[in-house]
Amino acid sequence: MTVHPIACHDCDLVHHLAEIPLGGSARCVRCGAPLYRPKRDSINRTLALTLTGTILFLVANLNPFLGFRIGAQLRETILATGIYQLYQQGMTIIATLVLFTVVIVPAIHLLSLLYILVPLQMNQVPPHLTRVFRVYQFLKPWGMMEIFMLGILVSVVKLGKMATIIPGLALFAFMALIFVLAAMAATLDEHLIWQTIEHQPTRAHR
Amino acid sequence: MANHRTPTYQGTSLTARALGLVACHRCHLLCRQTAGPADCPRCGALLHSRKPNSIARTWAFVLAATVFYIPANVLPVTITTSLGMVQSDTIMSGVIYFIHSGSWPIALVIFVASIFVPILKLLILSFLLISVQRRWQWRPVDRTRLYRLTEAIGRWSMLDVFVVTILVALVHLGALASIKAGPGAVFFAAVVVVTMLAAEAFDPRLIWDGMEIPNDRED
Repeated sequence: MTVHPIACHDCDLVHHLAEIPLGGSARCVRCGAPLYRPKRDSINRTLALTLTGTILFLVANLNPFLGFRIGAQLRETILATGIYQLYQQGMTIIATLVLFTVVIVPAIHLLSLLYILVPLQMNQVPPHLTRVFRVYQFLKPWGMMEIFMLGILVSVVKLGKMATIIPGLALFAFMALIFVLAAMAATLDEHLIWQTIEHQPTRAHR
Repeated sequence: MANHRTPTYQGTSLTARALGLVACHRCHLLCRQTAGPADCPRCGALLHSRKPNSIARTWAFVLAATVFYIPANVLPVTITTSLGMVQSDTIMSGVIYFIHSGSWPIALVIFVASIFVPILKLLILSFLLISVQRRWQWRPVDRTRLYRLTEAIGRWSMLDVFVVTILVALVHLGALASIKAGPGAVFFAAVVVVTMLAAEAFDPRLIWDGMEIPNDRED
């Protein structure tokens, strides 16, 4: 990689980036926005984290995350039940929003990265790489698992006085998953993916 | 007045637009500016030098969110039935409940995420929009930082929507105790989504365009 031009996406100033050493990062000289940060061993690490995340995601969604006991009544909830309850009460909009931000978007993130990184790891370029990666980037701000986790904590405090709360297996998977998802986004070198598309001989895009 | 804008950087002719280039908003590839609409040769996204109609679209979202903010705070977000007693809670009464029950850290988290952050976001975005429209020369670096802040914190307001979801899912024991979502929750969710869209619609490069010679209006 030699010197290449890049425009700051916050203020449009053009920079000529020289090769940046690992661990370093480039910032815009005018507005301070991060321009580029090279990642060590990006594809390998991100793939490992994506696989971990996929397993945790399945555990988190298929097991009860909280149990709630009042007297002799015990209620265990998996994530889907909560969304279904909302739906049954006519809160279709909120049910959809929660389903989208906590289940669908993280699932698409994991699947799209698996789709991109598994072939890249084997030195192949998957078909429709451009389209899949664009979906990944577009949905990035809408994955809200970490906020959901904070929501669980608040609910536990709120209900703690009313009943006994029993943390379920999914709760621990959730907790691990938010760190794995954050690390996954941090180790992914998006610039590298776009460069792969650029150097691809048979531009299978659009 | 052109030379005391920012101490570290002089001259304004080095933006991509001034050089006749367009940075792709998806993959950041620098492309040559063409007369008509064009797609990025690398990722296929539609190229535009600035987000189209950024100011009008951001204002629309900001105003819509401001309107939704009122029912979101006045109407109940949860309706609790416990042994025949029905109690409606708004966001603020939830905060007050936590203060009274002694868990003030939780009260603070909910207050910041649900009441303070949405208001702050709407104020910052309105301020940025006015500053861009009036071509204020005031502290462009800090204004860009404010924008990045609104972009980063907005999603955390979803907290209360998730709390309602979890409460509804768990507390569902018939006559003994049950919690239902109130109409305020829908408006509140709308506030969060619409403010996120507002932040996405705003183009921070307009802040910097306003710093340039006053006679080149946007496209």
